[in-house]
Amino acid sequence: MIMTAMGTPAIEILGLTKDYSVGFWRKRARRSLDNLTLQVQEREVFGFLGPNGAGKTTTLKLLMGLIFPTAGTARIRGKSIDDVRMHREIGYLPEQPYFYDYLTARELLDYYARFSGYSAVERGERVERFLERVGLAAAGNVQLRKFSKGMLQRAGIAQAILHDPQVIFLDEPMSGLDPVGRREVRDIILDLKKQGRTVFFSTHILSDAEMLCDRVGVLAGGKLQGVGTPSEIVSVEVHAMEILFEPRDNRALPTALAGRATHMGGRYRVEVPETELYGALDSLRSTDARILSVSPVRPTLEDYFLRLVGGAQEKSRGVEVMSR
Amino acid sequence: MSATTAPVAINTFREAVRDRVLYNLIFFALMMIGAAIIVGQISIGIERLVIINLGLSAISIFGLVMAVFIGVGLVSKEIEKRTLYSLLAKPIRRWEFLVGKYAGLLLTLVVNTSFMTIALAAALFYVGRPFVRSDSSILVAIYFILLELALVTALALFFSCFSSPTLSTLFTLGIYITGVFASDMRDVGELTGNPSLNAVTRVIYYLVPNFHNFNAIAAAGHGESIPLSLVGQNTLYAVLYVTLLLLAASAVFSKRNLK
Repeated sequence: MIMTAMGTPAIEILGLTKDYSVGFWRKRARRSLDNLTLQVQEREVFGFLGPNGAGKTTTLKLLMGLIFPTAGTARIRGKSIDDVRMHREIGYLPEQPYFYDYLTARELLDYYARFSGYSAVERGERVERFLERVGLAAAGNVQLRKFSKGMLQRAGIAQAILHDPQVIFLDEPMSGLDPVGRREVRDIILDLKKQGRTVFFSTHILSDAEMLCDRVGVLAGGKLQGVGTPSEIVSVEVHAMEILFEPRDNRALPTALAGRATHMGGRYRVEVPETELYGALDSLRSTDARILSVSPVRPTLEDYFLRLVGGAQEKSRGVEVMSR
Repeated sequence: MSATTAPVAINTFREAVRDRVLYNLIFFALMMIGAAIIVGQISIGIERLVIINLGLSAISIFGLVMAVFIGVGLVSKEIEKRTLYSLLAKPIRRWEFLVGKYAGLLLTLVVNTSFMTIALAAALFYVGRPFVRSDSSILVAIYFILLELALVTALALFFSCFSSPTLSTLFTLGIYITGVFASDMRDVGELTGNPSLNAVTRVIYYLVPNFHNFNAIAAAGHGESIPLSLVGQNTLYAVLYVTLLLLAASAVFSKRNLK
């Protein structure tokens, strides 16, 4: 059960900024994350979206204390990210995780469990339970050097949740997984949500974010471009209407649609503005075409994402700030 | 050792074992067997001296190679392979990680040296010489080798906190060689009568670890007893130096961005 004080966010990021030094002789600062301010509430599943180089991994590394901020601060469950006690309450899966390949999966989990102070019996029980949970029970005694990328990802997830952390950070958790593996990871995230955990995961697979997240944040060029529920972001407007139809007996298409329709194996697909929908349907009916479906074309999270990123990426990716 | 450093130390030892680092023992054992057989036939009367000198020198060199080449990778390998990322997300401080890695390699070196000591004892036994009281100086010489290895490991670990394995190797070996000849360099500086050179060699003498003091191989070979005061002095010197190096390594590593 969650025990934090009422109203304390699970994750609170205030003006987090990270500059890296680039150049050999003349050092310049390259801004990787720019003044990120964000709150994630307890029990939320939060998706952190952005293209490669957007600053997602930098944010996670800052929160984990792997790198240090140029400016700003962050607290997790009310504890500063500099406080080692904070790490008792979090779990972390790095991007493309790599573990000690001379260990077996069972030994790896046992190793990590030791840092949470469990007794040998508790460790043994937990290791078995979590190997089972991520589908690695049969491979528990196999050395990690023989693991596929997907299996390593599962081992990584197991080590991240092994000690029942309240806040779980997952950096690209679906990366490298086949559809079955992705579904299993989705189930694990949903399961964690059911248990009242907070999950913060970065991804560029938008369908996963749409399916799992209470809220998403979009990062591009090191800057937070927007935060909201997936539906807030997606259902802003209807772009157009999509009509799928089959012409009768190879009759010619209506002139108004002929130039716009796309042929797809005996069927045609056409997008028309919402105001022209009825006119288009009338013209199709006049040629006796068989209308298969009519559906609204809404901007997907992907559209939103690409629109934001498209503009911002080139301008702000790797903004070089003042020379040091 | 704390609850967080012990698992790191054990894991470091396990890595060395699984990476077949201790296979060098086979080579050492074969060398000692060969030496015992050959020396027994050709060097009548000085078998003891030859076997002890050869054995202790080999223990020192084998240990040195392990301390330097594994030591420089202790931290850099974890960063390069990103195994450190998931570990540092656990409730472990960076200095605890460093102390764990150091202790793990030290444990490996102690185990390795212990097996070599047994092989050396077996070779001495083979050449037909009964063990006498003065043989305790062999054990003292081995203890000094271990102190030397502890220092070299701390040096390698310190450099591996901020530089590449290649540079760390060069720095560690450079300081080791300077440290072996530090007292000779100081003597040369004094003999030249040049105040500047004298000052430089004295600074080097006091700055680098004086490895010459840890060499008791010749004394052990000749069955000379090693004064207890030297044992205490070397122990204190090594402990202080290692502590300083680990503190410096922790200070550097605690501020390092793991890109």
